[in-house]
Amino acid sequence: MSADPSRADAPPDSHRRLTMLAVGDRARVALVLEDDPISRRLIEVGFVPGAAIEVIASMWPAADPLAIRVGGSTFALRRHEAERIVIA
Amino acid sequence: MSAETAELRVALVGLPNCGKTALFNRLTGSRQKVANYPGVTVERKEGIFAAASGRRYRLLDLPGTYSLKPTTLDEAITRDVALGRVAHEPRPETIVLVADATHLPLSLRLALEVRRLGLPMVMVLNMSDVARRRGFAIDREALSRELGAPVLETVATRSGGADALIAELERLAVPAQPLASPAGWQEPTASEVTATHAEAARMLELAGYREPLRSRAVAMADRILMNPFAGMLILATLLFFVFQAVFSWAAWPMDLIDAGVTALAELVRGALPDGPLRSLLADGVIAGVGSVIVFLPQIVILFAFILALEDSGYLPRAAYLLDRVMGSVGLSGRAFIPLLSSFACAIPGIMATRTIPNLRDRIVTILVAPLMTCSARLPVYALLIAAFIPQRDFGVFNLQGLVLFVLYFAGVASALLVAWVAKLIAGGQSNHLLMLELPDYQWPNLRNLALGLWEKTRVFLARAGGIILALMVLLWFLSTYPAPPVGATGPAIEYSFAGQLGKALAIVLAPIGFNWQIAIALIPGLAAREVAVGALGTVYALSGDEEAVSTALSSVIASEWGLATGLALLAWYVFAPQCLATLAVVRRETNGWRYPLLMLVYLFALAYLAAFVTYRVTLAVAA
Ligand SMILES: Nc1nc2c(ncn2[C@@H]2O[C@H](COP(=O)(O)OP(=O)(O)O)[C@@H](O)[C@H]2O)c(=O)[nH]1
Ligand SMILES: [Mg+2]
Repeated sequence: MSADPSRADAPPDSHRRLTMLAVGDRARVALVLEDDPISRRLIEVGFVPGAAIEVIASMWPAADPLAIRVGGSTFALRRHEAERIVIA
Repeated sequence: MSAETAELRVALVGLPNCGKTALFNRLTGSRQKVANYPGVTVERKEGIFAAASGRRYRLLDLPGTYSLKPTTLDEAITRDVALGRVAHEPRPETIVLVADATHLPLSLRLALEVRRLGLPMVMVLNMSDVARRRGFAIDREALSRELGAPVLETVATRSGGADALIAELERLAVPAQPLASPAGWQEPTASEVTATHAEAARMLELAGYREPLRSRAVAMADRILMNPFAGMLILATLLFFVFQAVFSWAAWPMDLIDAGVTALAELVRGALPDGPLRSLLADGVIAGVGSVIVFLPQIVILFAFILALEDSGYLPRAAYLLDRVMGSVGLSGRAFIPLLSSFACAIPGIMATRTIPNLRDRIVTILVAPLMTCSARLPVYALLIAAFIPQRDFGVFNLQGLVLFVLYFAGVASALLVAWVAKLIAGGQSNHLLMLELPDYQWPNLRNLALGLWEKTRVFLARAGGIILALMVLLWFLSTYPAPPVGATGPAIEYSFAGQLGKALAIVLAPIGFNWQIAIALIPGLAAREVAVGALGTVYALSGDEEAVSTALSSVIASEWGLATGLALLAWYVFAPQCLATLAVVRRETNGWRYPLLMLVYLFALAYLAAFVTYRVTLAVAA
């Protein structure tokens, strides 16, 4: 992907979301969509452009919630929270 | 100002779960609650300690936060204290930024945000024992240079583990004047947050920090424990095992205490002449308080499991597993930990709802918290189960443990139901916040476990010797006076004030199968639920003949009540609306009478309904 992932105004491909990954998949964060307390908190806990992430677990049946490893910490996220995270 | 009189105000700031409270306890010698999950400390806690120099420190333990822009009430406290915005609370003069040494990036980022507050700061890398064990190395000098603040190592859970921090604090001067709030401070923007992440990463790189790899053991444990099927099965088995253990392991120590109490009562009876004093001691104090103390072993076993689980890091995983269920009835994923705390007591549980950002979610969680079976209800359950449920084994299960499990489960199920009804009535948005950090696993620290259990035992005995004793004495008076008229036939208690009141109440309670003795016991149960057990002990001691008194309370009620009454009282206690302390906390946390009254009314209604149905159905089936 050629677009600069740190530029929020030019999302590389906002269709590629964290929620599309399967358990065990790794990726890098491109950006976090929306500007509200949830997105803000996601950024604070380390979902920043370039951060490496890995899907640790997902709950049956609807893959909600998910457990995501980012920057050495693991977070449980509800699907609608993870939905905001666009991956590179 | 001389070193003797000066006092330095120090605030502990850090991410959730990095060991702030453990450090606070280490420094001040107090016993605040620590646990391996976020959101335990929801208030500011203050403690004082003196260093070897004689200088005193006023230490503040604050709720954990990821940034100075709060999303919840507890995080707002941390920001407001740090900024000196809290009324009657001078601004801290030094910030100790507590970091989990095994997860530095987010802590260091917070440190950069805190640095902008313009207060002297000391950064401590806590849990350095774990970090060292994992072969973690960092150039503290370099980090300290970059950050512009001293960087030290601490082990909050080890004695002497905070000495380096004390030595550093001793070097700091006490400002002559209280510090003013910083002018022009603004909440960090999202792009500033991103920038501080990059800055923290750069500094860590310079200091030679490498992100810890996820160990194979942890990865494997998570794969099993967080598996939708295996994980659920393990969770259910674990809970089941706990309730089995509460019954089967507690049997012999309970028999021992019971024998001791009975022997003591006999002793008093033999030593004192017949009269009011003998009756007060034997029937009021010993029969009343004794029948509560018998349940100490069960309380200790329950808390041993709770404390070990809290320390292990498993509980946030359980929150993850149950999140779907919570979400489907409109509860926030954040509600899990407060509801879980409510199994010990609804009061800390209700206070822990401060970690829930959305007000509506928070209110619903508060309203259902008393449906979690608190430990004060355990004696009531245990007494009734021992009286009415035969001790039979089905393979590995015993029937009594099974019934206890069902009662706890009934509480949880009705909480979910009530939350769901609240969602139907009040509506509710579909998007609830979870975003829960899953900490590393750790073996429960045996010393902490022992201290925690001792603390619970102390509190239980203090309650038994304090409020329960006082209520028992009061109840004894009300049940003994006025004395029966000359020529009265029935037991004296029937003519007493309490007896009259019980009989009046029994009219309302008759449809659900409660007799006047139960009616009497329910009233002091308002102050503390386990008092109901003690009250039954006293009431039956006063109304029974000598022979009945020397047999255990459970056999007395087993012979006096029908099965239907026993089960109806169990069902009543699943909802047990009578706990004044809980209502008072709800009033405080919601700033008004609206929600405590709502809680009281709905719990009473459910308790009555459940007891009614149980009573009628049991009668019908038994007939
Ligand atoms: N091994 C180890 N464990 C620690 C240390 N400090 C705290 N803990 C544990 O970490 C968990 C979180 O501690 P707590 O004080 O509740 O964290 P807080 O949320 O920051 O107040 C608890 O299980 C503590 O026992 C430490 O220095 N070493
Ligand atoms: Mg704490």
